[in-house]
Amino acid sequence: MNVAPRSADFVGDAVTAPLLALDHVSISYPTRDGILTAVEDVSFTLSAGERLVLLGPSGCGKSTLLRAVGGFLKPSTGEIRLHGRRIDAPGPDRMTVFQEFDQLLPWRTVLGNVRYALQRGKSLPRPQAEEVARHWLSRVGLKNFVDAYPHTLSGGMKQRVAIARAFALEPALLLMDEPFAALDALTRRQMQDELLKLCEETGSTTLFVTHGIDEAIRVGTRILALTPHPGRLAATFDVPPDTRIRGTARFAELERQIQQSVFADPETEHV
Amino acid sequence: MSDIAAPKLVRAPALRRVFDGTPWRRAVILAGFALIWELYARWLDNALLLPTMGATLSALWAAIVSGELPDRTLTSLRVLITGYALGVAVAAALTTLAALSRWGNEALGLLTSMFNPLPAIALLPVALLWFGIGTPSLIFVLVHSVLWPVALACYGGFLAVPSTLRMAGRNLGLSGGRFVVEILVPAAFPQILSGLRIGWAFAWRTLIAAELVFGVSARSGGLGWFIYTSRAQLETASVFAGLLTVILIGLIVEGVIFRTLTRITVQRWGQEQA
Ligand SMILES: Nc1ncnc2c1ncn2[C@@H]1O[C@H](COP(=O)(O)OP(=O)(O)OP(=O)(O)O)[C@@H](O)[C@H]1O
Ligand SMILES: [Mg+2]
Repeated sequence: MNVAPRSADFVGDAVTAPLLALDHVSISYPTRDGILTAVEDVSFTLSAGERLVLLGPSGCGKSTLLRAVGGFLKPSTGEIRLHGRRIDAPGPDRMTVFQEFDQLLPWRTVLGNVRYALQRGKSLPRPQAEEVARHWLSRVGLKNFVDAYPHTLSGGMKQRVAIARAFALEPALLLMDEPFAALDALTRRQMQDELLKLCEETGSTTLFVTHGIDEAIRVGTRILALTPHPGRLAATFDVPPDTRIRGTARFAELERQIQQSVFADPETEHV
Repeated sequence: MSDIAAPKLVRAPALRRVFDGTPWRRAVILAGFALIWELYARWLDNALLLPTMGATLSALWAAIVSGELPDRTLTSLRVLITGYALGVAVAAALTTLAALSRWGNEALGLLTSMFNPLPAIALLPVALLWFGIGTPSLIFVLVHSVLWPVALACYGGFLAVPSTLRMAGRNLGLSGGRFVVEILVPAAFPQILSGLRIGWAFAWRTLIAAELVFGVSARSGGLGWFIYTSRAQLETASVFAGLLTVILIGLIVEGVIFRTLTRITVQRWGQEQA
C-alpha cells in the first residue's frame, strides 16, 4: 500500500478525514467447531498525533483488532480506513511492533535489520538507509550493539530494535501489540518512559494495545476499554498530560476509575 | 534513550580453545579405526577378502599416480554436481510455488508422498529406456534422488517459520518471490541445510550404485565403475581404494563445505538446531 506520508492529512477532497477510522468492525476466526467472533461491532477514529490505547482483558480481541488495522487480517464485516482508503494489505505505512521477541530477522545484525526495513519499506538506497538506521538505533540507546545478531541481545534490547525499526520508517501509524509484556516490571517501566519520550518528540500517531491499566495511562492520550470476549467498546477515557505522571493522585484516580469500569474482578488487572 | 554499555568480553585461554574444538577428537577416532582395520586384516591374512590398510593405501597411491582414479573421480563428481545442482534447482522452484499458491502446495505434497519413498535405483530401468546408457540417465536418477528430500526439508522449514516473522516481513510490503527468498529461505535455513546434506548423501549413494549396476562404457566410467572392474579382476585392494575415495570425498564435503556453511549461517544467527 502506498499511502501519503503522515504530514498530509487529506486524500482527494476528504479534507479532514481522520487518519484511521474503524466502521462497525467485526472480526471472526473460522475454527474447527464453528465461527469464533473475536471482535464485535467496534467503531472509533484516530486523528494524527493521538496515542490511542486499546485496553482489555486477555482474550478480548485486542491483538485481533491490531492485526486487522495492520492488514494481516480482514474484518468479516465493517471497514477499516486509513486516510479514507480501505486497508486491504499490510504495508510499511503501518509499522507493527509485536510482543514476541522473534520479530527481528535472526540472520541480520541489529543494524542490518533496520537498514533492510528501510531499503524495502521506504526504497532507500543502502548508504542512506544505513545512515537513518544508525540514527534511530542510537536514539533507542543501541549505538554499541549495531553489529550484534539478535539472538545475542536481551529481550528488552530486541524490543528496542523493533521500536527503532518501526520509528525509522516514519509510518503514518505506529501499531504496538503489548511490546513490553514479556519484560520484567522494572525494564517495562523504563521502556514505557522512553517510548513516551520518542512518541512525544516525533509526534507519532500510535495505536497501542495493552492489558495493563498503568501502562495505558502512561503511554496513551486516549484509552478505549474493551469488554471481555467478544471484544466490544465499553468506555473511553481521555488522559490529560498531567495525569500521565506515575505516583500522582490523578494517575491513581484514573487507574481506579478504569479498574472499576473495565475489570469487574480486581485481580485481573495484571496477568 | 540513554546508551546501553557494550558488554565486556574476556578471551578464553588458548589451551581451552584448542580442546573445545572437535577436530582432534575426530582424528583420534579415525586413528582408532585404522588401527583396528590393520590389525584385523593382518590376523585374517587373506588379501582377497580384506586387504590390509597398507596394501589399500598403496593401491590407492598407484591408482592415483596412474591417473585412472583421479579420472574416474572427476567423471563421477561432474555427473554428481550436475545432478545435485539440477535437483536442488527444481526443488527450489517447486517449494517456491508451494509457498505461494494452494495448488502448488497440494501438488508438492502429493508428489513428495508419491516419489520420495521410491528408491532412485528403481527408476534406472526407465531412465535407460528413455535416455539410453550414459550420463543423461545417471543425471535423471540423481535429480530424482535429490529433489524430493530437499523439497520436503525446504517445505517443512517454510511451514515452521514463526508467524511473527512472516508478519514482520509482510509489514514491509514484501510478497511473492521476494518474500520467499528474503524471509522464508533464510528463516528456514537450518532445515534447508539439513535437507541439502541429506540430498548430497542420497545423490552420492545413488550415483555409485547406478555406476555399479550399469557400468557405462569403460572409457567414461566413474568411481562405481572403477570399483566394479577392480572386483571383476579380483584386485580387492583397488576395490577398497575406490571405497576409500568415496568415503574421503564424503568426509571432505561434510567436514569442509557443509561445516563452513553451517558456521557462517545458522550458527552465527543462533538458529542451530539441537
Ligand atoms: N488464529 C486464531 N484462530 C482462532 N481463534 C483465534 C485466533 N487468534 C485468536 N483467536 C481467538 O480470538 C480471541 C481474541 O484473541 P486475541 O489474541 O485478539 O486476544 P488479546 O486481547 O490480544 O489477548 P491477550 O491480551 O492475551 O494477547 C480469543 O478468544 C482467541 O482464542
Ligand atoms: Mg494479544
